[in-house]
Amino acid sequence: MTFLAQPDVNLAPKTLTQRFSALHELRDKAPLFLSLLFGVTLYASLCNLYVPENSIFHVSTYTITLLGKYLSFALLALAVDVVWGYCGILSLGHGAFFALGGYAMGMYLMRQIGDRGVYANPDLPDFMVFLNWTEIPWFWQGFDQFWFAMVMVLLVPGVLAFVFGWLAFRSRVTGVYFSIMTQALTYALMLAFFRNEMGFGGNNGLTDFKDLLGFNLQADSTRVALLICTSVILGLAYVFSQWIMNSKLGRLIVGVRDAEPRARFLGYKTENYKVWLFVYSGMLAAIAGALYVPQVGIINPGEFSPINSIEVVVWVAVGGRGTLYGAIVGALLINYAKTRFTAIFPEAWLFALGALFVAVTVFLPQGLMGLIKRNDVENNDVEKTQ
Amino acid sequence: MTMLDDVRHTMRRDQVWPFLIEKQPPNIDVSHNVILYVEGLSVSFDGFQALNNLNLYVNDGELRCLIGANGAGKTTLMDVITGKTQADSGQVYFGQTIDLLGKDEADIAQLGVGRKFQKPTVFEAQSVFSNLELAMKANRGILPTLLARLTAAQFDRIDEVLETIGLKEQRLMLAGALSHGQKQWLEIGMLLIADPRLLLIDEPVAGMTAQETERTAELLTSLAGEHTVVVVEHDMEFVRSIAKTVTVLHQGSVLAEGTMQEIQNDPAVIEVYLGESD
Repeated sequence: MTFLAQPDVNLAPKTLTQRFSALHELRDKAPLFLSLLFGVTLYASLCNLYVPENSIFHVSTYTITLLGKYLSFALLALAVDVVWGYCGILSLGHGAFFALGGYAMGMYLMRQIGDRGVYANPDLPDFMVFLNWTEIPWFWQGFDQFWFAMVMVLLVPGVLAFVFGWLAFRSRVTGVYFSIMTQALTYALMLAFFRNEMGFGGNNGLTDFKDLLGFNLQADSTRVALLICTSVILGLAYVFSQWIMNSKLGRLIVGVRDAEPRARFLGYKTENYKVWLFVYSGMLAAIAGALYVPQVGIINPGEFSPINSIEVVVWVAVGGRGTLYGAIVGALLINYAKTRFTAIFPEAWLFALGALFVAVTVFLPQGLMGLIKRNDVENNDVEKTQ
Repeated sequence: MTMLDDVRHTMRRDQVWPFLIEKQPPNIDVSHNVILYVEGLSVSFDGFQALNNLNLYVNDGELRCLIGANGAGKTTLMDVITGKTQADSGQVYFGQTIDLLGKDEADIAQLGVGRKFQKPTVFEAQSVFSNLELAMKANRGILPTLLARLTAAQFDRIDEVLETIGLKEQRLMLAGALSHGQKQWLEIGMLLIADPRLLLIDEPVAGMTAQETERTAELLTSLAGEHTVVVVEHDMEFVRSIAKTVTVLHQGSVLAEGTMQEIQNDPAVIEVYLGESD
């Protein structure tokens, strides 16, 4: 917080100041977090491209793709933490924004296939030929342009979040009712996208992508570039979100979480703040989806499934709400565990995830990051008594 | 040619485009020395008549106490004035010109009506300082809030209010860690720093020690004059110590109004209110 930099803070009792600023430095973990993120990314990239395959230091392309996937999930978790951890809006439908962003990217990648598809039709993607469509539908127009697709990645989920948020927050829908509505939203979208007539590839979704901006998606260098992009965007999103949360606006958002009537009677139109935060969060989720699709090579309506959105909330809860880096750590840890666990013992994964969620809720209400925080406060107390 | 004239007119250098002019809050017209008019106000919840044709006039700069038994409509009245509850019929005017009915809480607060809740409500996860910073009079738009930086004058103002409410030592403490009485003061401080014309204060001394009550009485009396203060309170001792004019509510309408002396000798009041408590 800015006022800590002011000289007249010395008026306060010293121990209190120390304690408060210690808590605060904890929140500001940006340099440590960013150097870790970029360090790992750089190391993995270099070891993939320049270390020979038989060396033990070689990082496989599979690992690179996996890392990229994890980082996109981390960005999605960050988006959920922004609304849930700071503003108390529990969205169980962020998978919808993620998937919409993914579909926008997927549509661009589909158009890039051109005549290399199975039916070798230069204008229509394979599934349209299969459905006997003769021309490209209006909502696929423009997606052969990368810039247009990127605008749509932000615009479509952004508009959806705005309309949905505007309707919900204007009517002062909060708490569990809001959560149920978000579940319904993502479920409805899933059903819609499953239909062939929607024109998004139905059940199979969009896949069999060839290249992105002319770079072959199967090439190691493209994979590494995608990982680096994901990492940089995650870093930027983290820094920007942290900046928002450190501003007066961030403090107000936390205030709305804790005492919304107070904020309203102080003259803040809290619904507007919530709508815009929701839009921001939805856009972050959409960017995550757009980064995810080229790396995994497929987007289908399964991404809208309500269970996916709930899983994201579990990542954030496990990592620790309201810290930003906690959400990222939670997403990385659980997805890594999921990769390992589903390889060894696939049937038990959901049970393990459920058990983990229950355990964290009961024993670590602040998540894993709560552990660090608690230790720090205790250390501080020790210092105070010495 | 006319288009060119239009452009010339629009681009004239001696004027400011209307959308660039900063919006001034409407002036509160107190030319008749009355800041709050409540006339014929009725509110019912599911058949229960919470307010029944209530009339109340509060003078500018006055300190007014509202008393009444539970369910007399004191809190409902505050809810209607601050836009939380919709009235069935009647009028509420702030000054001569501003109709408060139909406005929402945030608009009314921005007009300069501050409200303290019955249960102290502060932003518990944040420092006392931040609480005051958020309450401070400033542009409530989203971008201005995002980019807001405290000026030196605003720092001084926060310090001044901290001094007034006696929480200077606790400025960096989390508001949630304050005692009950200190939270009450912080909430009053949050109202003060927004510089409202009218303060509506619901049970300021509930749960306070005798000493804290005394300090609160001093604080409220010092506020009157510059601000108009309406206090709802159950504690008759406290009311006696601060009030010049007391309004007694009973079953949703005004039963009596006058000085404490007059109220206490009013037979109707003795029958329905003071009589019951004895």
